[in-house]
Amino acid sequence: MIFALQSLPYLWQGLLITLEVSALVVVFSLIAGTILGVAIVYGPRWLYWPIRIYSDVLRGIPLLVLIFFMYYGLPLFKINLTNLASVVLALSAFKTAHIIEVVRGAIQSIPVGQTEAGKTIGLRFGQRLLYVIAPQAVRRFLPPWINAVVDTVKGSALISLVGIVDLMLAIQQVIGRTYIPMPLYVLGALMYFVINYSLSLASRRLEARFAYIRE
Amino acid sequence: MAENSKTSPVVRIRDLRKSFGTNLVLDGIDLDVQKGEVVVVIGPSGSGKTTLLRCINLLETYDEGSIQVDGLEVGFRDGTGGGRQRRSDRELARIRADIGMVFQLFNLFPHLTARENVVLGLRKVRRLPLAEARRIAEHWLVRVGLGDKLDSLPSQLSGGQQQRVGIARAVAMDPKVLLLDEITSALDPELVGEVLTVVQELARDGMTMIVVTHEMAFARDVGSRIVFMDGGRIQIHGTPREVLSQTRHDRLKAFLARIELKLH
Ligand SMILES: Nc1ncnc2c1ncn2[C@@H]1O[C@H](COP(=O)(O)OP(=O)(O)OP(=O)(O)O)[C@@H](O)[C@H]1O
Ligand SMILES: [Mg+2]
Repeated sequence: MIFALQSLPYLWQGLLITLEVSALVVVFSLIAGTILGVAIVYGPRWLYWPIRIYSDVLRGIPLLVLIFFMYYGLPLFKINLTNLASVVLALSAFKTAHIIEVVRGAIQSIPVGQTEAGKTIGLRFGQRLLYVIAPQAVRRFLPPWINAVVDTVKGSALISLVGIVDLMLAIQQVIGRTYIPMPLYVLGALMYFVINYSLSLASRRLEARFAYIRE
Repeated sequence: MAENSKTSPVVRIRDLRKSFGTNLVLDGIDLDVQKGEVVVVIGPSGSGKTTLLRCINLLETYDEGSIQVDGLEVGFRDGTGGGRQRRSDRELARIRADIGMVFQLFNLFPHLTARENVVLGLRKVRRLPLAEARRIAEHWLVRVGLGDKLDSLPSQLSGGQQQRVGIARAVAMDPKVLLLDEITSALDPELVGEVLTVVQELARDGMTMIVVTHEMAFARDVGSRIVFMDGGRIQIHGTPREVLSQTRHDRLKAFLARIELKLH
């Protein structure tokens, strides 16, 4: 039991890595997914298919395969990233594919009459997007996006398989030294739960904030 | 009228042609609208009325012919070497800012209050300071009888009220011409009057309008001219008295009979 308590700072380090990786992935995939999602709806035809294929292919590959590919595969192409960078890249690429779909769905849920009304008063494309489409689309965007964020935190546990000491691997290593698996797994599960439950709570707040549109 | 016809028209349409695939929808439309005129467009379903209006502010592109608003070709600019080039989004936005449109289904921005719906274009397109934009928005909302609904969301308004916000949103931009496409046909009958009254007042104040409607009383009383469309062409064109007295024109007769049926 003493060992377990002594190992708490170690678990804390793992938790920080999990949070750091998750946060980076959430930010990168939000930016890339939004840009590509807007492009797939409004962009020219020659952009549509590459994005479509990217999104479909990546969503069809198990995340673990993607992580191994970035981790072991990229060096073969003389692309040398740090361990952490390679897993962040893998997770971000994977999440981006999902976010593209979420953004596309949210935009296309807005009736075309909204775009036309925006055009009619003389708004340019960017203005229509910013002042007409986005404020309405965000409501459709939020629930699946929060799901994707929760998924990212859980999915990040896979990076332990390439030896990055995140919360998952930290737990396992402590178990390896202390031989008290159950309490530690419960503690670990609790930590993941606390993170994700706070996310869910935050998301419900957000959704309520954007619930001003009655249909 | 005699003087009007000498000045250049606000809207000038020449030999306008437009197809959807193989379906020829506008088959050579010629139409001039002078400043202050209210041109009422009538015609059976599918005759191309909506398409005509949507071409004027380039919600639809057109294939051939010309549409000029205030002397400016809306669909194209002269390309290098004389050819026609489609206009950029930025150019289109500038042209559209001067062409108001009110929709059958209102198309208000549901996330914005009545006032914010009107303010948006004044701020972002006309680039007015907030205080002035709000003042103009309030002025128009009061004019359409919604002075007590400034802060209501569209979902809190009746259909007739929403449509009046739609009108305020369009006229606040001070357009050169206002396009109205069956703006009362989605309304409960008892709400039609309040919207048409607003349009009638605008007409009296000299707003140039092209109005697609099935309200024949409105066409007769408010229209400077009536245009009867069928099969993508203008079949009859004249003052309300001239057009509505052409009772021997078979297709007009059939159309008017069908409208009567729907009304009674
Ligand atoms: N976006 C579109 N794609 C293909 N065909 C279209 C489109 N919009 C209109 N049409 C066709 O063009 C023709 C004219 O339609 P339009 O809506 O202009 O008629 P309308 O006179 O406004 O009829 P209504 O009185 O029913 O509103 C119809 O045959 C219609 O099916
Ligand atoms: Mg129509």
